[in-house]
Amino acid sequence: MPLTLESIRQDFPLIAGRPDLVYLDSTASSQKPQAVIEAMSRFYRESYANVHRGAYSLSLAATDAYEQARHTLARFIGAEPEEVIFVRNTTEALNLVAYAWGLHNLREDDEILLTEMEHHANLVPWHLVARRTGARIKAIPVTPEGRLELAALDELLTERVRVVSLVHMSNVLGTVNPVVEVARRAKAVGALVVVDGAQSAPHLPVDVKALGADFFAFSGHKMCGPTGAGVLWGRAEVLQDLPPFLGGGDMILEVHLDRSTYAKPPQRFEAGTPPIAEAIALGAAAEYLMGVGMERVWQHDRALLEHCLARLDAELPEVRTFGPRGEDRGGVVAFSLGDLHAHDVACALDQHGIAVRAGHHCAQPLHRKLGLASTARASFYLYTTFEEVDRFVEGLKQVREFFKDWL
Amino acid sequence: MSLLEELYKEILLRHYKRPLNFGVLENPTVRQPGVNPSCGDSLELELRLEDGRIAEAAWKGQGCAISMASASLMSELIKGQTLPQALELARKFKAMVVEGAEPAPELGDLRALAGVHKLHARVKCATLAWNALEEALKP
Ligand SMILES: Cc1ncc(COP(=O)(O)O)c(C=O)c1O
Repeated sequence: MPLTLESIRQDFPLIAGRPDLVYLDSTASSQKPQAVIEAMSRFYRESYANVHRGAYSLSLAATDAYEQARHTLARFIGAEPEEVIFVRNTTEALNLVAYAWGLHNLREDDEILLTEMEHHANLVPWHLVARRTGARIKAIPVTPEGRLELAALDELLTERVRVVSLVHMSNVLGTVNPVVEVARRAKAVGALVVVDGAQSAPHLPVDVKALGADFFAFSGHKMCGPTGAGVLWGRAEVLQDLPPFLGGGDMILEVHLDRSTYAKPPQRFEAGTPPIAEAIALGAAAEYLMGVGMERVWQHDRALLEHCLARLDAELPEVRTFGPRGEDRGGVVAFSLGDLHAHDVACALDQHGIAVRAGHHCAQPLHRKLGLASTARASFYLYTTFEEVDRFVEGLKQVREFFKDWL
Repeated sequence: MSLLEELYKEILLRHYKRPLNFGVLENPTVRQPGVNPSCGDSLELELRLEDGRIAEAAWKGQGCAISMASASLMSELIKGQTLPQALELARKFKAMVVEGAEPAPELGDLRALAGVHKLHARVKCATLAWNALEEALKP
């Protein structure tokens, strides 16, 4: 059967079962296809055991399934399986890099270069490490259109910069940043390059080798997978010498009472019992997305975005949207309605069955830059329809009408 | 009446557009910030306590209609109250919006916020100023 939007929607039980609901918050977390739910449930029903626990065949089968998922995720981002570390989510992946790499490599007056559009997950870990090492934090500014101010790189990228960590696709503006160019220039001054792929991995084709980065972090739950499993990809040469982040079982070669030696990557970075069922289900999610085709997922998001922006521009002059206009933007629409607070708007939309997020979306510095405490945000994914975007626009018109005395 | 109509009443609109006691006091005896970390709404409450009473109250902040109107109405209601009275009002207000208790007559115009109880996501907005008040009056 050819894949159609309707057949894709049928793959998602929550979407198929709730025709009343317009779910426009996939940027926060996506819905799950039956294939993922079934993969997780089947593992628990048929082959559950802990992994890497030697002799008995049930554990060997579980280990195989877990390692198979690692291979699938590697294929999903164009990496080698040994470079794929299973973590809980993007946040944990970025903390791993900040602690394991940052604590050992950053010195006083070294510089950490971030951007003004980062999620708190790519800010706070660096704050913690900067405090302990005496390194300083700088940020690439964001232009009024919502793009990185690349012209500022000349001045910012000094020899002092030891690491550049940036978001691939912004969860507020939708901007897809020119990571290849930033990475190339960062490499020229010898800096490590870390990419927050929390939004790019779910929404566009990613080839980590082509990005030119050293680390790439993403969460399973935003790409049709379960909560509790995500990935940190690290370039093999960098992982080779990287000390562990967490210590415990499964990550060692040999342990004495007062010292230990560590396993090779990726095991070195997977201390303790991992999220086995979640990683296996994340493998199923990656298979599902590759089956649809990531280019198709991206084009669908893009088409919905253009349709939405065109209607908002034409029909709702009171709505202000944020983010660049152009090909370098995914299906995210952060907006405000007059001076109304995002909460009031989102709550009113919810009364029409339309789920959008309101708040700072874990990007307070960006909102400060925009001069707003919060925005409302609609975001799209492979199961979102044009009709849903239309319902969103019509819903906003009703909200405008309801609040006409408040505007 | 829809849940929205039930909540966004005329009285809230008035306080949202022209909040009362918005600003700072000349000689506050307590200054208490309040934040809602999940949405970024924040305010700062100032009180001048005199002989065990709230002689004056002022606040400033930014947030949604619910949190701003709640702060405005609260600042008006607590003026002149003794500390135990003010804490009792906080308890009654929270019982109304958190637990859905029958609105107490002493809450006056704040009873307009009773509908918040049915919009679960907004309970934190309505209680922002009240949490700051309780914090401020802690011994
Ligand atoms: C750009 C970006 N980075 C990081 C994160 C953090 O992801 P998680 O909460 O799964 O760790 C998110 C999720 O909201 C995100 O959108």
